[in-house]
Amino acid sequence: MNIHEYQAKEILADYGVKIAEGGLAYSVEEAVQRAREIEGDVWVVKAQIHSGARGKAGGIKVCKTHNEVEVAAEELLGKTLVTHQSGPTGKLCSRVYIEAGTKIVKEIYLSFLIDRSTERVIMVGSAQGGMEIETLAKTHPEAIIKIYIEPAVGLQDFQARKMAFALGLDSSLLNHAVKTIKGCYRALRDLDANILEINPLVVSANNEIIALDAKMAFDENALYRRHRIAELRDNSQVDSREVAAAEVGLSYVGLDGDIGCMINGAGLAMATMDMIKLAGGEPANFLDVGGGASAERTEKAFRLVLADKNVKAMLVNIFAGINRCDWIAEGVVQAVKNIGMQVPLVVRLSGTNVEEGRKIIADSGMKIITADTLAEAAEKVVAARNQVAAQEG
Amino acid sequence: MTILIDEKTRIIVQGFTGKIGTFHAQEMIDYGSNVVGGVTPGKGGQTHLGLPVFNTVREAVQQVGAEASIVFVPPAFAADSIMEAADAGIKYCVSITDGIPTQDMMTVKNFLRRFPREERMMLTGPNCAGTISPGRSMLGIMPGHIYTRGNVGVVGRSGTLGYEAADQMRLLGIGISTSVGIGGDPIIGSSHLDVLVKLEEDPETKVALMIGEIGGPMEVDAGIFFKENMTKPLVAYIAGLTAPEGRRMGHAGAIISSAGESAAEKVATLKELGVTICPTPSLMGQTVAEVIAKM
Repeated sequence: MNIHEYQAKEILADYGVKIAEGGLAYSVEEAVQRAREIEGDVWVVKAQIHSGARGKAGGIKVCKTHNEVEVAAEELLGKTLVTHQSGPTGKLCSRVYIEAGTKIVKEIYLSFLIDRSTERVIMVGSAQGGMEIETLAKTHPEAIIKIYIEPAVGLQDFQARKMAFALGLDSSLLNHAVKTIKGCYRALRDLDANILEINPLVVSANNEIIALDAKMAFDENALYRRHRIAELRDNSQVDSREVAAAEVGLSYVGLDGDIGCMINGAGLAMATMDMIKLAGGEPANFLDVGGGASAERTEKAFRLVLADKNVKAMLVNIFAGINRCDWIAEGVVQAVKNIGMQVPLVVRLSGTNVEEGRKIIADSGMKIITADTLAEAAEKVVAARNQVAAQEG
Repeated sequence: MTILIDEKTRIIVQGFTGKIGTFHAQEMIDYGSNVVGGVTPGKGGQTHLGLPVFNTVREAVQQVGAEASIVFVPPAFAADSIMEAADAGIKYCVSITDGIPTQDMMTVKNFLRRFPREERMMLTGPNCAGTISPGRSMLGIMPGHIYTRGNVGVVGRSGTLGYEAADQMRLLGIGISTSVGIGGDPIIGSSHLDVLVKLEEDPETKVALMIGEIGGPMEVDAGIFFKENMTKPLVAYIAGLTAPEGRRMGHAGAIISSAGESAAEKVATLKELGVTICPTPSLMGQTVAEVIAKM
């Protein structure tokens, strides 16, 4: 789960990381009020969206007067920003963060993440802050410092000092640097974050280390024990279909194609989407209905898939292990009946109680196209989709 | 001989008396697995499914000689159960539980590394289908009837895609020596590589099939092991050619987050390493059949 910059900064401040003075605004008036409350003569108005690369997309504006703050807030609030990380539909900006401008002497990069290969937390730093770390990894891999942290003992002071020196920080800043680095690590571990990234972390003109940006992402599986974090969820930043799916406990990812899918198992779902693509179609979604797919759950999944108006045909592919094909078949028949389905449906059932399942589909008298194999299912659904597209002209 | 489990392996079920534990324990017993009891803290001394219930794993090891365990404990408590099994001297553990926090798994893996290699418990999962040696023993939640006994070793992250592979092979008359579903989480007990090492050692396995997906470095690590150390042919399918970058595709681990993690990149690297690639998921059985025909 992602959170906003201002939320991450509030968390980090609690862990001893210095942030610039700032305030949140939901309206233009509030934005100006926040700027008035913050002393100084430069303010930065920052769009709060769940995406990086906001600067290049015009989401961060430096202002010299309260009037400029007003103009900037007016421009950003209610706007959908498309960054190169946000996906083509972009993210709606409904809050802005107003922050005191900081005179920057040095910009550095600092992040912590869980490394899958070594199965530990890795601390990544670079003296070249402000740049995207992915770009830096390609052009200047030697400029990236990595320090692995032993899970049982945690981040030690010597490791924090090693990072501080490698980042070229002045000795006068050493204690502050160690405090900042250890605070970040504790925030990640205490709160079950997967990623914590500060880019840039800066040295200011008055010789302080300040987190000018902050990104944190949290482990969904751990939210049950992180109630404070769970409350930070902002569903306006997530595909509305995915939100609806999560509410009924289904795993759904919206895509740009027009063939709706309902499949059990994430691996089989990905493989089925690949088959659709190879057969010349484009999947509209990823949807894993999971293990115990009851009739009720099946109907919910159908409603979700068909809520996408782009869907021209739908494919159900179930390999029943814990599931039983007859239960799934009953669910499918009930869903088609209750929803009054308009688009062609292809169903492929396999595994436990497959004969009973196929019989239920056949006896239903409904216009359901059946398939025995994965390849046949993909071909049939693409053919059905093409027929619909041709009729629509 | 089979790897990991056979008809004699003495199995206990952790989370035995719960609804899910009960259902799958019965399925395993019906399949012929040698289930000797289970563990539910606080219910020790009771009998469940005609088998003894213990308070601790250690008691199960001491009293009924448990060697392998399967974990159906809810996610908040599963990491603890896995570590208890390791501490009690269980040799092989499958964790079915889906939804264990990543940092808990980091703790589990760190805990396991403290044991000397020869005493260290092997863990498969979490969030996996488990292990089956067809006709002998099932330590998992798969539909046992789609697996026939034979000489192909299978390792895959996904449960249902593993069933698909087994079914395709069965229809072509190809059997399986052992199939291991290693799970879809970011940090898991055994990698593709760990299982390939076992399959390479297993005299009954003649060909290995690896079913991978987007995200993480595991499939490529396995490919490098194949090139450097394996005498048996390796066939691979990688799911997720259509998956967009940065989005989690169901499995927490199935997210393309850095270079080399997309399906296309993994396929290209594996090809260079000499692995036989299944071009589509509907050709897993046929590709294996072609490799067998050439042997």
